[in-house]
Amino acid sequence: MSRLNDANEVLAKEIIGRYPKARSATIPLLHVAQQQNGYITNEAIAHIAELVGATSAEVLGTCTFYEMFKMQPVGKYLINICTTMSCALLGAEQLVQHAEQHLGIKAGGTTPDGLFTLERAECQAACTEAPCLQANYRYRYRVTPAQLDQFLDDLADGRLDAEIPPHGVVARVRQSIPVDRGVGAVAPDEVHEAPAWMSLGEKS
Amino acid sequence: MTDTKSGTEPEAAVPVDPNVVSVTLNGRAIEAQKGELVIAAAQRHGVYIPRFCYHERMSSVGMCRMCICEVDTGRGPQLTPTCMVAVAPNMVIDTESEMTKNVQQGILELLLANHPLDCPVCDKGGECPLQDQAFSHGPGESRYIEEKRHFEKPIPISDLVYLDRERCILCDRCTRFADEVAGDALISFTSRGNETHITTFPDEPFSSYFSGNTVQICPVGALTAKPYRFKARPWDLAQQESTCTTCSVGCRIVIDSSRDEVLRYMGVDSEPVNHGWLCDRGRFNFESTKSADRVLQPLVREHDELHEVSWNEALAAAASIIEEAKAAGGAAGVAVIGGARGTNEDAYAWARLAHEVIGTPNVYSQMGDGLPADLLRLDRATIDETASATTIVLLAPDLKEELPVLYLRLREAAEKKRSRIIEFTPKQTGLTRHAWRSISYEPGSQVAAVNEALADAEIAAQLAKGDVVVVFGRANLAETITASVQALHRLLAAAPGTKLLPAFRRGNSVGALQVGLRPGAGGLDTRGVLQAAADGKIDCLVLVGADPLADFPDTELARRGLAGARRTIAVDTFLTGSSARADVVLPACAFGEKDGTTTNLEGRVSNVVRQVSPAGNTRPDWMIASGLATALGSDLGYANVGEITLDIAINVPGFDHVTSAALAASADGVLSGTPTAIWPVTLLEGTAPERNSYDLRLVISRTLYDQAVGTATSPSLAHLPRGSAVHLHPLDLARVGTADGVEVKVRSARATIVLPVVADASVVRGTAWLPWNNPGPNPGELIDCFAAVNDVRIENL
Repeated sequence: MSRLNDANEVLAKEIIGRYPKARSATIPLLHVAQQQNGYITNEAIAHIAELVGATSAEVLGTCTFYEMFKMQPVGKYLINICTTMSCALLGAEQLVQHAEQHLGIKAGGTTPDGLFTLERAECQAACTEAPCLQANYRYRYRVTPAQLDQFLDDLADGRLDAEIPPHGVVARVRQSIPVDRGVGAVAPDEVHEAPAWMSLGEKS
Repeated sequence: MTDTKSGTEPEAAVPVDPNVVSVTLNGRAIEAQKGELVIAAAQRHGVYIPRFCYHERMSSVGMCRMCICEVDTGRGPQLTPTCMVAVAPNMVIDTESEMTKNVQQGILELLLANHPLDCPVCDKGGECPLQDQAFSHGPGESRYIEEKRHFEKPIPISDLVYLDRERCILCDRCTRFADEVAGDALISFTSRGNETHITTFPDEPFSSYFSGNTVQICPVGALTAKPYRFKARPWDLAQQESTCTTCSVGCRIVIDSSRDEVLRYMGVDSEPVNHGWLCDRGRFNFESTKSADRVLQPLVREHDELHEVSWNEALAAAASIIEEAKAAGGAAGVAVIGGARGTNEDAYAWARLAHEVIGTPNVYSQMGDGLPADLLRLDRATIDETASATTIVLLAPDLKEELPVLYLRLREAAEKKRSRIIEFTPKQTGLTRHAWRSISYEPGSQVAAVNEALADAEIAAQLAKGDVVVVFGRANLAETITASVQALHRLLAAAPGTKLLPAFRRGNSVGALQVGLRPGAGGLDTRGVLQAAADGKIDCLVLVGADPLADFPDTELARRGLAGARRTIAVDTFLTGSSARADVVLPACAFGEKDGTTTNLEGRVSNVVRQVSPAGNTRPDWMIASGLATALGSDLGYANVGEITLDIAINVPGFDHVTSAALAASADGVLSGTPTAIWPVTLLEGTAPERNSYDLRLVISRTLYDQAVGTATSPSLAHLPRGSAVHLHPLDLARVGTADGVEVKVRSARATIVLPVVADASVVRGTAWLPWNNPGPNPGELIDCFAAVNDVRIENL
């Protein structure tokens, strides 16, 4: 069963409720589906089509337009090594080859244990930090082969679980802001410190 | 500018039309309409701008870039996609500049970068916009040496349409049609960039009733229709315009034939009727014309078997049957039913034969599944008036299933917010999701439903705006028309000035009724004829393309009627359940094999042409009537079909201006007038009884694909009917205690049939819906056509 599960269906209906037109929720719901299964299944597409009142073909068209929606299973960690100009000049290809040797797969493939998928990527907008890569869309900058080995080992051993969630969890963007975060209408006079959510992203 | 006001206001020499925009096209001053797209304005003034994605019946998307021209709006010449920009005052358009030519050549070079150029084996070659425009606007050479895209080719995207993604230039015409026009967005662009291609969702084919239109509008050979693939080259085709008579919408078509064989129909863009679209059933049922099962020779029954005879023998045999019948029981012992599927000329000749030569009043062209003929005397709306009315009230069957192109027109009216649709229906229809209000009723309670709606302040206010058209048809074959007619009159009384569009189903129902295939004084309609035949009062039953066993909504009465009629004469193209029992079978020409005219539901008369030779020894219906009159010692006096057209113009009220000359002068046909004669129609009395709560009320209606002869004998369509089943609302299903797909007994007062049950949320609670004339058990067995409504009980096996 790779339709949306019951909890996600409730979430999906809540998300649909935020838009004047149900089909505007198509992309957020595809994220929910990818978060649930790690990739987008045909069953999930059919389910989303039912929920937003579109045809499955329309949802498939939207889904396949976006690179980051995966139609096939990918590893727990999706490693995207940038091979565009700046990174290419600073050794991205050697980095890809190094990663291929380390993981024992070609770029585009997934390790047999389902842990890593390796991809060549287009520019990730970090040219000053070349060569760069992303693991589940979390950056690593100025990566050397040695650092790459360490990084892959850290991921495999779960030492980075706190920072890098499994593939499908695109971002820790909240679907709704919890009440205890103290957000909402606040009179300017009552503001004494930065709201709680503002400091969440900062490293302590 | 109040400050310049003075006593002597300068008078404008020429009144300026605010809707006219003056622009310059290739150095020539032209007047365009306000809001008109540049590409359309140019075309109207004789300048064709090349295009692939632009289609005048769909929204512009600027997808292919082929229509780019230099347009100067005051900021200097700019390259502008002319399908995306409306004319503006003083705009200067240059479609022939060096820059325009360069760009168009570049665009074509790009479009051809991936196109396989397999023109010699492509069905489109010879009528291909890509091929034509590559010659007229292309560079002739390509600089691309890279490998082209490769896809598996072709892949079926539905039962009728194949897709070759290598040939596709991604113009968005088919996908736009599917979404915007047909409302079946089952094909879509997938992937991105160089990978972009058209596809369906896995296991969800492009099963639209209108899929054939995508083949017609595809500007390359990417979409091809299964029945036409590799059948002919365009330059070998002979073409003539005609009118489709599959249903009463009367879509204009072109019949393409080669070597005396019909190969395809294409839609013609007729502004008042079909806008170029056709349904798949109408488009592909030409295959039945060349079916091996056609009756090709006159047949006479001897020793309980039909034997081939000559026309003279067959006509003499038929004449003697009629003479005997008249001798035995008078002229009223002869009954003629059918004739709504031919031409006006066929109907008129048969009407004269029946009324004048035989002298029987028992004549009727409808098969008990139609509408009261006197509706034609009400103020009738055209399709255009309906599709532009402020309010469209539907008291009709599912138009998507019965009159598909009318469905497209009304869907467009609702989608473009021109009209609000108020629907009264015993089952959700294709238009339900486009309706402003959809009111479901249980058969028998139409009047209550209308009364309740009229009491609703919003609905009353909507109707009070005026400009209301009611589309009225037979929504349920398992009830008499009485309650619906009462509801109609209630509506007409509540909204004075309301016009009516009668949703007759068969191609020439309106024409047949108007030219005379209707009861004479004291005559019987089809139900009366079958009842009289069952009672042994009909000595000779003449079936003119009529198959009561398949069409009359009370199969038992149809069977008893056919058995009770002493002798039967059938005029038919195929041996149907009914005509196979006849004593004499007279083989008739099919559509495309005879000339004439037909009348659509709005009364529009348009021509029907003979494009191929009649199969075997068949004759047109009018010629058969003529021959039979001669065999009966009379003479209708017709040597050719044109003489009948003229005779109709002279003798039939409302047709006086419908002459061959008028028809030849107007591509869209000629609207006939309202009949003047008063045709008494007796509706069966009786109101619907209360429904026992264990029972479900029976609703039976037609589906586009059924076992009708034209569909069943067209190999491409024959497998498309979904099959007989009883559809119940999911909650009723639980109440009955069965599950989706399980076989159940459906028991009415008449009969019990066994068939699978389907959970279907479009069915109204408390009713059971069955499709008419689908493969499987016949729901006609359940119907008593004299009962106001029919109830059934669902029982587990």
